[in-house]
Amino acid sequence: MLLSVNNLRVSYGNIKALHGINFHIDEGEIVCIIGANGAGKSTTLRAISRLIPVEKETAITYMGKDLLDYSADKVVSELGISHVPEGRRLFGNLTVMENLKLATFSRKDKQKISQDVDRVFAIFPRLKERMSQKAGTLSGGEQQMLAVGRAFMSGREVMLLDEPSMGLAPLLMRDVFIALKEINQEGTTILLVEQNARMALQFAQRGYVLETGSIVLEGVSKDLLEDPKVKRAYLGA
Amino acid sequence: MTSFLQNLVNAMQWGSFYALIALGYSMVYGVLMLFNFAHGDIFMVGAYIGFFVSSGLIALSALGSLVLPSWLILSITILLAMFLTSFVGMLLERVGYRPLRSAPRASAAITGLMIGIILETGNLALLGAQRYKFPALIESTTYNLGGVFITNKKILIVFVSLLLMFALHQFVQRTKWGMAMRAMAYDYIVVPLMGVPINTIALLTFALGSALAAAAGILFGIAYPVLDPYMGILYGWKAFVAAILGGRGSIIGAALAGFLLGFIEIFVAAFISSTLRDLIAYSIILLILTFRPHGFFGEAYSARLRL
Repeated sequence: MLLSVNNLRVSYGNIKALHGINFHIDEGEIVCIIGANGAGKSTTLRAISRLIPVEKETAITYMGKDLLDYSADKVVSELGISHVPEGRRLFGNLTVMENLKLATFSRKDKQKISQDVDRVFAIFPRLKERMSQKAGTLSGGEQQMLAVGRAFMSGREVMLLDEPSMGLAPLLMRDVFIALKEINQEGTTILLVEQNARMALQFAQRGYVLETGSIVLEGVSKDLLEDPKVKRAYLGA
Repeated sequence: MTSFLQNLVNAMQWGSFYALIALGYSMVYGVLMLFNFAHGDIFMVGAYIGFFVSSGLIALSALGSLVLPSWLILSITILLAMFLTSFVGMLLERVGYRPLRSAPRASAAITGLMIGIILETGNLALLGAQRYKFPALIESTTYNLGGVFITNKKILIVFVSLLLMFALHQFVQRTKWGMAMRAMAYDYIVVPLMGVPINTIALLTFALGSALAAAAGILFGIAYPVLDPYMGILYGWKAFVAAILGGRGSIIGAALAGFLLGFIEIFVAAFISSTLRDLIAYSIILLILTFRPHGFFGEAYSARLRL
């Protein structure tokens, strides 16, 4: 078990966003969490990235270490867990190259960094063309590519992806998911949260269904795709 | 024409002070979304630190134990005072502002005001009410350029200021720390996801701003050698105006606005009225802000700075 999340509880003021959820990811897996808007998907990823505080009952273990001992930047730089946030959140005032470079802020392996930049440009050739352009001037699809590329630069053990399909035309979406598959095959474990349940379940090996802060269903993607409840609520069938 | 040029020279000197102080305000505001109202007092602290460093070096020279040429004393004073004052700035961030980072902005703003008062009165308590005279670090020479009188001090002040501004600009544009500062100015919430320790960047921002304020303090002491615990208040406020006028987080904006402020003040005093200088000068600035409410070069930042 690479990452194990136990009794994850998060509140925003008096509102409980997550009521103690449990899930795990094995090394090399692609796992998805599907659910409606407001179910707590983004909150789950932010808690793992330590962007928001969790309640004290929560335990998160990563490779045998207590992840809660690490601050947000150390989760990335020391544990290698990167995060593509909801809405991409690129630095629009920085160039494409600067966005990639910033993600290597705490890395010491200079040579590997330039190899990784080349790798990102090989996966997303469009980014190479736009290298010295400000990130704010990119199209939606290019921005998503840069967001993934940036995460690729910052930490490679696990990638947390928050709605990478959002706002993308189907063809672009397919491109992004093909790239993600490639990244996964090179050894990065992926945890994906998505509203687009069909896309997510076709991409991931396993899935969890999150409803108003609780996991109501879990299983192998194939089974979830066939599950009548999932079909009714999330697949529009 | 000569009087215009003469005033231009004076305006450049005043603009240098405002610009150097304004940069610290602007950086902290840009990177941390915070008004550091104690910054004018950091200017004062820097001037005092410069006073003690230079007095110490001069005393050593006089004793014959460490005889240094005056240009070296001046350089060491500026660099060492900048270095030491940067720690005052970092302490301010660590003790005053960091605990309040998620508190309402008003709490952080009054923290700055309170720390300012503490620095002013702390100085009084420590050094007493007597005024210190900043040592003459360079011998004054006046050059007559076709009727325009320029002192070597003015040249030094403007030159050092421009040099420091250029260095800061290079740092922010070319180093990874500068890049992290620019990223924080745009969207500080996701910066940790890049593996960037934001507390380090916050400290760095305060350190840089405070070092520049210290340089301004020393240059000010060279031009106007009387030190006073409250000297930072008025200049601090004026530099704050320049920082906002320059546009949030814009280094070039803050520098230009600092010089503009110097120009407006000096030219109002020279050609309209010196008693009404600030009244007229700041009315003009109010008018400029009415038409450019975001200042000259307000840097783009993400519209939604929330998770």
